[in-house]
Amino acid sequence: MTDTYTQFVNSAFGKQVAGRLGMPRPAALRRYVPGAALIDGPVLVGGHGGGPLAKRITALLGHAGVTVVDELPAGGTVSGVVVDLSAARTPADLETLRALVGPALKVLAPSGRVIVVGASPDEAADDVPLAAVRRSLEGIVRSVAKELRKGATANLVLVRRGGEDNIDATIRFFLSGRSAYVDGQGVEVGPIEAGAAVDAADWDRPLAGKVAVVTGAARGIGASIADVLARDGATIVCVDIPAAGEALAKVANRNGGSTLQLDVTAPDAGARIVEHARTRHGQLDIVVHNAGITRDKLLANTDADRWKSVVDVNLMSVLRMNETILAPGALADGGHVVCVSSMSGIAGNRGQSNYAASKAGLIGLVHALGASADLHHRGITVNAVAPGFIETEMTGKIPLATREMGRRVNSLAQGGLPVDVAETIAWFAQDANAGVTGQVVRVCGQSILGA
Amino acid sequence: MAAPRKSTPTVRRAAVLGGNRIPFARSNGAYAKASNQDMLTATIDGLVARHGIAGERLGEVAGGAVLKHSRDFNLTREAVLGSALDPTTPAYDVQQACGTGLETAILVANKITLGQIESGAAGGTDTASDAPIAVNEGLRETLLAANRARTTGQRLKALTGLRPGHLVPEIPKNLEPRTGLSMGEHMALTTKEWGITREDQDELAALSHRHLAAAYERGFFDDLVTSYLGLSRDNNLRADSTTEKLAKLSPAFGKGDGATMTAGNSTPLTDGASMVLLGSDDWAAEHRLTPLAYFVDSETAAVDYVHGAEGLLMAPAYALPRLLARAGMTLQDFDYYEIHEAFAATVLCTLKAWEDPDFCKGRLGLDAPIGAIDRSKLNVNGSSLAAGHPFAATGGRIVASLAKQLHEKGAGSRGLISICAAGGQGVMAILEGA
Repeated sequence: MTDTYTQFVNSAFGKQVAGRLGMPRPAALRRYVPGAALIDGPVLVGGHGGGPLAKRITALLGHAGVTVVDELPAGGTVSGVVVDLSAARTPADLETLRALVGPALKVLAPSGRVIVVGASPDEAADDVPLAAVRRSLEGIVRSVAKELRKGATANLVLVRRGGEDNIDATIRFFLSGRSAYVDGQGVEVGPIEAGAAVDAADWDRPLAGKVAVVTGAARGIGASIADVLARDGATIVCVDIPAAGEALAKVANRNGGSTLQLDVTAPDAGARIVEHARTRHGQLDIVVHNAGITRDKLLANTDADRWKSVVDVNLMSVLRMNETILAPGALADGGHVVCVSSMSGIAGNRGQSNYAASKAGLIGLVHALGASADLHHRGITVNAVAPGFIETEMTGKIPLATREMGRRVNSLAQGGLPVDVAETIAWFAQDANAGVTGQVVRVCGQSILGA
Repeated sequence: MAAPRKSTPTVRRAAVLGGNRIPFARSNGAYAKASNQDMLTATIDGLVARHGIAGERLGEVAGGAVLKHSRDFNLTREAVLGSALDPTTPAYDVQQACGTGLETAILVANKITLGQIESGAAGGTDTASDAPIAVNEGLRETLLAANRARTTGQRLKALTGLRPGHLVPEIPKNLEPRTGLSMGEHMALTTKEWGITREDQDELAALSHRHLAAAYERGFFDDLVTSYLGLSRDNNLRADSTTEKLAKLSPAFGKGDGATMTAGNSTPLTDGASMVLLGSDDWAAEHRLTPLAYFVDSETAAVDYVHGAEGLLMAPAYALPRLLARAGMTLQDFDYYEIHEAFAATVLCTLKAWEDPDFCKGRLGLDAPIGAIDRSKLNVNGSSLAAGHPFAATGGRIVASLAKQLHEKGAGSRGLISICAAGGQGVMAILEGA
C-alpha cells in the first residue's frame, strides 16, 4: 500500500512544494534493522532527586553501546532524552523535566526519542500532591508527542513498586526503531516473580528457543507478526482457516515454521494449538491472538449473524482458547499471551459496534488476566496492542479520501506498517519484559481518535 | 587404512507421516490455467509447511503425471526446485496411469524399508485442462524429414509434403491405444458382464458425496488439504447428492437399454495434485513427527484386457489374493477399505468378483471365494466419485486419508487400498495404523 503523498513530500521537489505551502511532511520513520545500533547518536539522561532509575538506564545504555550525556553537547544534537521523574514529590518538581527536556527538543535528531520515566499514580496512596505530579507526566508526554516533528516520538514508562529492575526491555523498545509508530503511549512496569529473567542473552534474538503461535497468520498484520517473531528467533506455528491455507503455507515456509489449519471458533481450537506446539515443537511459550474479522454495519441495520460472527471470532474464541492455553501444563511458565485489539475498541467507530465490542472486550480480558495472581505467580504476561491506521490490503480498500484522512490524523502524519504492530507484539513476547502485563499499547502514531 | 564400509540392507518399517493435497477441481474450471508443475509445487509447499520441514533435504521425492507435456520430462525435480525443500533433494518421475500416486509411495516406502533413505515424499499431479496438445503426426513426420535433409533441395522437397490437414493438432484422448475404446466404454462392458444395476451404482455415488461432505464438515481434511487458487474444497463435491437426483441423469457409457453408467456415477475429468510424507521411525522422531500408519505390503497385477480375457479395470481383483496370501490375512480382516472409484461400477464389479465362487476358482485359482466386505468400512470419507480423480493424484489422496483414519482407529488397525489403472493394471497396498 503505497503512501504516495509521503513519498512525494520526501522527494527533493516535493520538499520545496510542501515547505512553501505549509503542507505536513510525514517523515520516513526509523525502523529496526537486526544488528543495527539501538539508537545512533548520544542520549541525554537526567532526572529529579538524583534520578534513582536514571542510574540503571545509564548503565543499560552504556552496555548497549549508546553514548550517554548528562548535558546537551555544545552545538550538537541528541538522538534521545530519557528523564527520570520517579522521585518527583510535587508538581513543582516538574521544573526539572522542563529544564532538561525543553532545550533538548530543539536539537533532537530525526526519529529522536523522548522517554519520561515516572512512578505509578495508582501507588500514591493518600498523598494527593504525589498522585497529581505522577499523573502530570502523562499530560506532558501526550503534549510533547504532538509537538515533536521528523518522526520523533515521546512515551511514558510508569514503574510500579518493585518493578525498578525490570525496565530494561521497555527502555530499549522505546529508544529503538522497533517502536517507530508507537507515540504518546504509557506503559506500566511492575514486579516479577523471583528468578525470572530481565536480561536477554541476545537482544538481537530475544525470542531464541521459544515456540510462538500466531493466529490469523496467512496475511496482513498476522503474516508480519510471524515474520518478526521468527526474525527474533522464535519457532513459529502459523494458524489460519483452511481457506487461507495457500498463503499460510508461504508464511510458514519462509520462516521455517509449521502450519496449523483450523477455525479459532472450533471448540477444540485451543487444545489443537497446544497439542501441535507441544508435539511438533516440544513446548509453547508465546500465543498471539491475531485472528479477526469485520462485518461492518450500523447497529441500526446490522443483524444477529453479523453481530455473532464478529464477537465469536474476535472475542469468544480468545476467551475459549485461553481456558486451554492458560491451564497448567499448556503455556510454559514465563510465557506470554498477546491480543490484537484495535483503536476501534478504544475510540469506537461508526458502523463497527460489533467489532468495537470484540476489541474492547479483549482489553477487558487483558486487564483481568494482567491482574491474575495465579498468572503472576507463573510469570505469564497478558498484553494487547491496539493498532491504529495500518497500511494493509484491508485499509488499501478504503476509499481514497477516507484513507488519506485516516493516515494523517496522527502525530506522525502517516499510516503505520504491519511490521510496527508486529514489533510491539514481539517486545511484549520477550522474557526480559516479564514486568509488563495487563497493558494495552496503541500502535497508532498518536492518533487523535480515542486519545 | 579405514575399513571398507559395509552396506548391509536393514529391513524396517516405513511410516506415513502425513499428507497434503490441493482441492481437486473439475477440469477447465478453477485450475484451468495451472500447470502440473504449478500444482505439484504448491502441493509440496503445503506438505512442507504442514510438517515444518522448510529447507530440509529429503531422501527423495517421487511423483508423476499421466497427461504430461514433453517439456515436463523432469516434472517432479522441477517442482522440488521451485519448492521450499532443500534444492539438494533428488526427485524422479513415475508413470503408471492412475496407479502412479500409489506406486510412488510404494517405491519410496520400499527404499525407506531397505534403509537406503530415511525420508521421502511421494505423489502425483494431473491436469486435464492444461493438457499437452501435439502437432499433427503428418506435420511432425514432414518436419523431421526436412530436419534430416542435407541440402536445400532435399529440404524443400521434404517440405512439399506439407498438407492443410496437418494443421489439425493431436489432442490427447482417454482411449486405450490397443482397443480404441475409452475407459468408460471398457468399463461398460465389464459392468454389463457382472450385471451391476444402475441403482447400486447411483447409491454408491451418492454415498461417496455424503461421506466426503461429512468429512469436510468435521474438519477431517484440515490437515490433509491446502487451499489453492481460491478453492478450499473439491468442487466436484455435491453435498446434497441423492440417488433420486442421480437417477435422472442419462447414461454416458455403454449402449442401449442396458446402459447404466452416467456422468454421476463415473468420475469427471479433474485437475489436482497430492503428496504424502514418508519416513523411518528414527527420522520421524528426530523431526518430532508422529507416524500415522506403516506400509505393510503391496502388490500390482495386470490383466489381458486386449484379447478379452478380462475387463480393463479388473486387475485389482487378481492382485488381492496374492497380497492376502503374503500378509496371512483374509479380506475380512481389514478395518477400512479404500477402493478407488474410477466408476461406481468398478468398485461393485470388483467386490462382486471376490464374492463369486466361479470367478475365484476359475480365474483366481482359489478353493473358496474371497467373500464380501462390511460395506460400512468402504471409502468412509468419500472417494473419487465425489472428490474427483486427477489421475496421478488419487494415490496420494488415498494413502494420506487412510493413514489418518487408521491412526485415529488405533495402532494395529489395518487398511486396504485398491487402485485400478489404464493398461489393465491394478495397484494394491496394505497400511497398518501406528
